[in-house]
This record gives sequence, C-alpha cells and structure tokens, in this order.
Amino acid sequence: MELLERFRNGDQRALARAITLVENDHPDRPLILADLHPLTGRAHVVGITGAPGVGKSTLVDQLATEARRRGKTVGVVAVDPSSPFSGGAVLGDRIRMERGASDRGVFIRSLSARGHAGGISAATGDVVSVLDAFGFDLVLVETVGAGQSEVEVMRLVHTTVVVTIPGLGDDVQAIKAGILEIGDLFVVNKADRDGADRTVMELEMMLDLGEGHGGARTGGTRAGVPGAAGRWDPRGHHGVSGVPAAGGAPEQPGTAPEQSETAPAHWRPPVLKSVAREGQGVAEVMDAVASHLTYLHNSGRWQVRQRQEAENKLRRLVADRLLATVLGPAEENGDLARLAAAVADREQDPFTAARHLLRRYWPGDDKPGPK
Amino acid sequence: MERKIRVLVAKPGLDGHDRGAKVVARAYRDAGFEVIYTGLFQRPEQIVQAAVQEDVDVVALSILSGAHNTLVPLVADGMKKEGLDDVLLLVGGIIPEDDATALKAAGVAGVFGPGADLDDIIEYTLSHVRRA
Repeated sequence: MELLERFRNGDQRALARAITLVENDHPDRPLILADLHPLTGRAHVVGITGAPGVGKSTLVDQLATEARRRGKTVGVVAVDPSSPFSGGAVLGDRIRMERGASDRGVFIRSLSARGHAGGISAATGDVVSVLDAFGFDLVLVETVGAGQSEVEVMRLVHTTVVVTIPGLGDDVQAIKAGILEIGDLFVVNKADRDGADRTVMELEMMLDLGEGHGGARTGGTRAGVPGAAGRWDPRGHHGVSGVPAAGGAPEQPGTAPEQSETAPAHWRPPVLKSVAREGQGVAEVMDAVASHLTYLHNSGRWQVRQRQEAENKLRRLVADRLLATVLGPAEENGDLARLAAAVADREQDPFTAARHLLRRYWPGDDKPGPK
Repeated sequence: MERKIRVLVAKPGLDGHDRGAKVVARAYRDAGFEVIYTGLFQRPEQIVQAAVQEDVDVVALSILSGAHNTLVPLVADGMKKEGLDDVLLLVGGIIPEDDATALKAAGVAGVFGPGADLDDIIEYTLSHVRRA
C-alpha cells in the first residue's frame, strides 16, 4: 500500500490520512492496523482527563512544549463531544495549542466523540496506535470534558492524569467512585486561585483513605507491600530510599518528584499543583509522568498492561465479528426489526427473542443451546 | 463506514472579530460536519499545518481585516506546497468583488460576503467537496 510506504517514510500527510481511514472504519482499516502493529508498543501513552474548563488543553499544550524541550516527539489526540442531534461537532482544542508551525515534532489531531459516551471516541484507541507506530515518543490523549464516570480512557493509556481546579467539589466528591479512582497522578490546575491547598489536601486525604486497601487500579501489588517503608512517595515527604524530602509542603506549587531508577513496588499517586497558562508546575507534572513510566517498567506492570490490552483488543475484534455475522443477515431481512418491535410491544421477552436470533443465525451446525 | 466531512475554520491575521467564524462553525456543526476551530490570530503556515494534521476536506478562512489579498494567497500557496490540492478553500468576510476574482485565480473556490446565507454556504460546500 503506497500510503503505508509514505507513512513509514515519516510523511505527516500519510499519517493524517491513515488516521482518517482508521477513524472512519474504512475497509482498509484492518489492513492498516495489521501492517502497523509491529511498529506499536513503544510510545508512552498518557491520558489527560477532567471536567470541562479545568485547563486540559492548556496543560496538554504545555506538556507537549516541555516534552519537546526534553527532546521527545509528541502526538496529541484531543477528543471533543459531538452533537447528539446533527452528529456534527465543533472541535476547539487546537485553540489552546498554539505553536510554531515549523516544529514537526508535535502532531495534533482533533477527534469528535461521534456519539460515543465515556470521554473518548470508539476509534481513539486505534488512532493512538497509529501515532505510536509513526514513532512519537509520547502520545497525549485529551478526553472530552469528563464528569464523574468517563473512565474509559484509562484502558488505553499507560498513565492517567486527572486534572481538577480549586473549589470544584467538597471532600465527599473526592471519595466518590469514578474518575478520581483512575488517576495515576492528580493535577490541581489554576492553583493561583483561592482554595488550591484545600483541594490538594482533600485529594491527598482521599488517596490516603485508599492506602492499605489495595485500590482497584494497582490491585494485588498494593496489598502485598509491607508497611510504609517500601513505599515510593513522589512528593518526598516520607523520604524513601535515601531521597531527601524535597520541600514537602503540599502548598508549594511544583514540588518536584524525584526520579529514581530503583523499582518502587508501590505507586501512591502524587497530587501536584500547576498554573498551566503560565507554565508553572508543568515540568513537575512531566517529571511525575516520567516517574510513573519508570514505575510501570520496574514493577512489571508495563508488560501486564500490554497483555491486558492485547486481550481486550482480541475480545473486541471477535465480538464485533460475531455481532456482524449473527445480526448482519437478521438486519438485512428485517428479522431484527420485527423481533425488536415484538419486544417493544411486550409480545415477546428480550431473552426469548435473543435466543431465537442466535439459533437462527449462528454460523455452523453447533447452535447455542437454551440459556 | 462512517464518513464525516471535516472543515477547518480559521482566522488568519490580526483582526479580533470571530463572531462570523463562530456562526459559520456552528452552522457546519448543525449540518453534521466536523469543524476544527483554531481560534484567532493564526499565521498562514499554522493554518496549513492544521489542515494537514486534521486531514480536512475544507479550509474556510474568515477575514475581516482587509488583509485578504496578502493572507489568502499565502494559505493557498502553502496548501499547494503540502499537496493539499483536493482540499476546498473558501473565504468569508468583507471582500470587494475585484478582490474576489483575484482570490479565485489564486486558488480559492468560493468567496462569501457579509450577507451570505448560511444554507448557501453549506450547500456550496456539500456540492463542491472534492474528496471521495
């Protein structure tokens, strides 16, 4: 495929077109993704999520700039919502991503959610893979302005950054399930506003409540850690493994987490402050992102994640294919619509209807039994 | 397969009035297009780069400053240089008739003045998008 050849030669137009084809579920999509698969698995994929207006785009822009300063190339995927009425969208994340046009080391792509709930679009994972294959060192995924349960992004990134601002909610908000559980690090942006320290404190307390329980995110590895001695605290106020407490106090914007090559067995999400518009605290967020990557590698979680992601991908592909095989013909000959109407009119229950569809359209002789 | 028409709505140059651009962006959205809105004060090379990265079908420039004779050819040439020959270039704003003729010679497909009807702009875009 000529497009893929240009892609491999670093042609950004080919990259842009490959993304379009994949996003549109073009017939060439499987071919493109299969071909690029060997090139993937190298980028550090970082999700940036949080409520609308907390400064995600500005932070992404600043992180990209900081990464460039450190010699890394950056791909950005920015998702904005689509209209539930027209299916159209106004994608405005680029407004806050001002940069010199001469820099080819940053590639920004705006995606519409295309009706997908969950903070990202259905194709976002594939788009990330394409950017990964192109060779970007860092891929930043900015979600739709997220509420409390847009947690899907964590499944396709290695590091999730949850951004909030002072005064968004009280300490009960902070212990609710959902978005606050998925953060590998937390950033209190617009920290020059009143109440920043309080927000940091509430987040810290929320995180401490989870200590020792084995949070959902790190699962078993957390429970196995003996006491606080082996814990790695990026803020440094427990002073782990000879790292001196670096200033410690939570009210200091940008307390730099120490980067360590030793393997932390435990990751306690740091809470950092930033004023992204001014670039304050951004280097520290980048440090923490890098530390998390080191943690993933050294703890073996990187590999676990890769396997998990591969399994998820396989499950999805098989499920999609099965769905198309079974429902495709039923959709075509009107069986699906007919049964749906019967269920809607309460003439039939949905379980019986589903069983009927499966029996009738299951490929091969080995029909699924009653269940 | 889902095919959405993608439009880059951009404001090159130094005028700070983006009401028109926003109205057009919204009209495109309501017609089911995906609009990438870049905001104010864009340099021509930024617009071209955004058009490349976003793989758009249409670039719609809004210019009220009177600098269209300078800015538009810069965008048009940049697009040609990047090989964006199949991308539809539209200009909206306060453009005198003579200038419109010159802009069209420079590669602009459609020029829309202050009184242009939004439906006409959508209709024009739909019927002139070049990419299959």
